[in-house]
Amino acid sequence: MDVLTQNFALYGEGFWGTVRLTVYASLLALAVGVVMAGFRVAPVAALRGVGTAWVTVLRNTPLTLLFFAMLLGLPRFGVALPFELFAVLALGCYTSSFICEAVRSGINTVPAGQGEAARSLGMTFGQTLGTVVLPQAFRTVIAPIGSTLIALAKNSAIAGSFSVVELLSTYKTLSENGYNVIWSFVWIALGYLILTLAISGLFHVLERRWGVAR
Amino acid sequence: METLPLEPLIELRGVNKHYGALHVLKDVDLTVGRGEVVVVIGPSGSGKSTLCRTINRLETVDSGTLTLAGRPLPAEGRELARLRAEVGMVFQSFNLFAHKTVLANVALAPVKVRGRKKDEAEHRARELLHRVGLLEHAQKYPAQLSGGQQQRVAIARALAMEPQALLFDEPTSALDPEMISEVLEVMQQLAREGMTMVVVTHEMGFARSAANRVVFMADGQIVEDRTPEEFFTAPRSERAKDFLSKILKH
Repeated sequence: MDVLTQNFALYGEGFWGTVRLTVYASLLALAVGVVMAGFRVAPVAALRGVGTAWVTVLRNTPLTLLFFAMLLGLPRFGVALPFELFAVLALGCYTSSFICEAVRSGINTVPAGQGEAARSLGMTFGQTLGTVVLPQAFRTVIAPIGSTLIALAKNSAIAGSFSVVELLSTYKTLSENGYNVIWSFVWIALGYLILTLAISGLFHVLERRWGVAR
Repeated sequence: METLPLEPLIELRGVNKHYGALHVLKDVDLTVGRGEVVVVIGPSGSGKSTLCRTINRLETVDSGTLTLAGRPLPAEGRELARLRAEVGMVFQSFNLFAHKTVLANVALAPVKVRGRKKDEAEHRARELLHRVGLLEHAQKYPAQLSGGQQQRVAIARALAMEPQALLFDEPTSALDPEMISEVLEVMQQLAREGMTMVVVTHEMGFARSAANRVVFMADGQIVEDRTPEEFFTAPRSERAKDFLSKILKH
């Protein structure tokens, strides 16, 4: 218990760092993931190609490698950003490929006839997707998106190895100061648990409210 | 009636379509005049549904031209969407938007496509629902309605765009017998009001009473294109005689 009370500020800073990473990267992943899912079902072949390439590259690259690529690669092209922003980009883009596939599977649950009906009424592809298909697709993918974002919260620990202040990296300071390793990790684990339980709670509410009634 | 020189609204010239090796539409020519009711009949697999769906390009064609009121239909994009809005479509499986109320189903496209104000579109939607006898169900969701009621909502939804023509792709084939008549009644009324209609159906009674022309299709070709009176009493082709003898026997 001493580890927590004596280092509350350090834990707090780390926890807050993880929360920030999770929230920003989640928003990025959701936005990019939905757009890419739209690309993957678009009538234009070039857009489908972009969507497929995005998912193939990002979903199949180890996240650590992606961090290295962003942190070492982007500065070579003159892109110098704070480490935390790099981390959000890496996490967000990586997770967006999983969000994209979840949303796409949701799109496939919407009967094709409804899309045809929308098009026959003169709606464009974008209008059909936005007003008819996606609202129904989201209802079926609330649970898998929740799981993906929980994975994102835990994946954010990798950012600690890249000089970003987050929860897991607090253990380095603590072990240097001679605290018990096991208790240091227990409190870190609890921090992650608070965050992931909050996410699953949120998605439970969303599902109760918007999920498909059967 | 057919001697009247009708302004051609829908024109198909030399339309061909394949599904892989299957040649589903073979050099189809069809002209539908404004205000005309054309009923398309034929055995299953004859290409009649495909023909109906090509008219608003829900199916692409391999060759041939389609024009709507003299304007050729583009293959894709915004311009196609604009022309599609002029041709309403009613499907066999209704295809109502499951997440929206009946009223929202009817009012959605006028707001999104025509840019109408929401309250204006809903006012018009209520009028149309009243016309198909479903005003009291305006706030329900499609799943709460019977098949016949859903199909009448689908007709109201198509009418809300004030289309120049309506396509019906087997509108009563998924319905219980007692619900067929309520849908056919709405269609009869539209025909009487002068709506241009292309109807793919197995309802021979509707063809006899409401159609100006009957188009008989077999194996991807239009075999006969005549008045219902002529077609039903004296079919010329063997295919049509054979088809009629099978369906009229019972």
